[in-house]
Amino acid sequence: MTISQQTDPEVVVSTAGLTRRFGPKTAVDAVDLTITRGEIFGFLGPNGSGKTTLMRMLTGLLIPSEGRARVLGVDLPGKPEPLKQKIGYMTQSFSHYRDLTVTENLDFAARIYGLPRRRRKTRIETLLQRYDLEAQAHQIAGSMSGGQRQKLALAAAVLHEPLLLFLDEPTSAVDPETRRQFWARLFDLVDGGTTIIVSTHFMDEAERCHRIAILETGITRIEGAPPDLMAGLKANVIEVTGDQLRHAKDLLDADPAVLSSAQIGARLRVLVRKDQADPEAHVAALLHDAGPVTCHRTRANLEDVFVAATGGGAARPAEAAA
Amino acid sequence: MISIGRIGAILKKELLQLRRDRMTFGMVIMIPLIQLVLFGYAINTNIRHIPVGLVDQDQSGLSRMLVQMVGTTQVVDFTQTYATPQQAQQALTAAEVRAVLIIPPDLPARLVRIPAIGAAPPPATDMASARPVAQWIVDGSDTMIAAGIKSLRSMPLTELFRQPPNRVVPTFEVALFYNPEQRSAVNIVPGLVGIILTMTMIMFTSAAIVRESERGNMEMLINTPVRPIELMIGKIIPYMVIGLVQVAIILGLGYLLFNVPVNGSLWVLLVVTLLFIGASLSLGLVLSTIATNQLQAMQMTVFILLPSILLSGFMFPFDGMPGPAQAIAQLLPATHFMQMIRGVVLRDAALIDMAGGMLWMAGFMVFGLIVATLRFRKRL
Repeated sequence: MTISQQTDPEVVVSTAGLTRRFGPKTAVDAVDLTITRGEIFGFLGPNGSGKTTLMRMLTGLLIPSEGRARVLGVDLPGKPEPLKQKIGYMTQSFSHYRDLTVTENLDFAARIYGLPRRRRKTRIETLLQRYDLEAQAHQIAGSMSGGQRQKLALAAAVLHEPLLLFLDEPTSAVDPETRRQFWARLFDLVDGGTTIIVSTHFMDEAERCHRIAILETGITRIEGAPPDLMAGLKANVIEVTGDQLRHAKDLLDADPAVLSSAQIGARLRVLVRKDQADPEAHVAALLHDAGPVTCHRTRANLEDVFVAATGGGAARPAEAAA
Repeated sequence: MISIGRIGAILKKELLQLRRDRMTFGMVIMIPLIQLVLFGYAINTNIRHIPVGLVDQDQSGLSRMLVQMVGTTQVVDFTQTYATPQQAQQALTAAEVRAVLIIPPDLPARLVRIPAIGAAPPPATDMASARPVAQWIVDGSDTMIAAGIKSLRSMPLTELFRQPPNRVVPTFEVALFYNPEQRSAVNIVPGLVGIILTMTMIMFTSAAIVRESERGNMEMLINTPVRPIELMIGKIIPYMVIGLVQVAIILGLGYLLFNVPVNGSLWVLLVVTLLFIGASLSLGLVLSTIATNQLQAMQMTVFILLPSILLSGFMFPFDGMPGPAQAIAQLLPATHFMQMIRGVVLRDAALIDMAGGMLWMAGFMVFGLIVATLRFRKRL
């Protein structure tokens, strides 16, 4: 793909062979991506998989070691300054001023982005209301809860109505209810035409994205819409119930046809390669010595996709790819 | 290109943070206040009341009168008496006293009797009999104290012989301008402006950029359209105002407590001070872009502060230092400022008289700002 030739206005981000090395370590390895307008694109991956590095390269904070990217018509590496006014960035850890109040922080952001005086006032009022921060308007940011701080960070990131919003693990430290509200706000933004790039290591968060890319050690293992990925999983999912699940797991992990197994409560979730005929019978046969068990096939979820694409499936990325 | 609005945003944020930071806010006032009172009273280059010992081997009325005369100079206080010169030397080693006056047993013999005026030191031309009447042994390690004792070397003895003091015609007439009473505070207080400004200005700004990184705000800042130069200017302005407040405290209190006048024009004072504050702040910003945490920033501040105290002419006369030391001192904004503030406050010097130093400080400020701006990268 040659990105310099793409002129499609619907394409917000495109990268070709984007690579970043830190010394001998390659944090991001030849990533090719195309992100179109109005979608929520998720980077899903374990810690250290290169999600943050990838985001920092797309915002111009880090210079790629190799490859190129075009973000909102700005070529990278290049002059990223014109980009700053058009993007919003919510950092992984709270990076606004803890010794300023919510309103003061928002006012600072509004001034930095050059909002005119009157617009500044109405915009801050709107955001306080929309992000449910009116009661905390004059509270010092450092004394707020994690969830409130994240709402403030989001409000500050979208204050100047960016076309493209980067969210680096936005809800890794908040409760599920706050996360739900947070995502409702994100979909509001998408309705308004904003494109969102979000990194996460939560399956439920990834599932909400329009499209995701699963990253591991800097490499894109798999990319697509979550339902397509689940449907296209090159493995069958077998649920096993029984008495000696830990022993059963040891037996299963030794078999080459089993991609992975994980205990979830009183059940064992087993991924069996798709080319294995009659997977239930195969699993049952393997567990012949592990007491009475019941095996039945179930639908794949995103975690299965993730596990198949990384970890056990890592050595066989070609098979894992949908 | 440079947005006034963004500078204003940084400025407002700095002021808000400063207002919340009670400790720093307190230091802004307390540092000049306490140091002025402390140093204004404590630092005295006029040597007075040095504790000394006495070995009187003569034990006559003459020797007692000699001791009394030396005591009335107030340069020394006789606190100890020793029997022998050996004991006196031990006392010197043990630092009981800083010097000892040894009066020899033949004190009367060292004086000649001139019938007209009674006893007097023999004429210096008489090689056979012209000897000093007594001896000082001095702990010479502290040159200031040694100089104080040395000043007694040729004190007149006329009183010893109950004779009217002769009118002495000095070789030179000395007219002391600007500080005729020779009060140390007149020299110390304006100098203190330079030292306190060096300390607080460099300290505040050297921590300024580092703090943004340490508290994790930098990642947010570099993702905004703010330019490095806007960040630098926005951070400098509040501290310029603080610096002026400190100058006002020092010179105002200096006038009230130590009667140090401000002879020069306040406008000239303002221009000179603002230049120095600007130079110190930009130096602090450069340090801030080098340091990776606030502790390092503090260490670098001390690294600059010590030569600023010792080489700038605050403590010791600049002109007395050897050439290379002067060259190093010339690099420091404090050295130029020390000469200029004393010039303005004490001698009513005009701006034109200090053009060289002012140009240098202005250049230093601009250079520092450029270096800090170039060193500051909006990257990780």
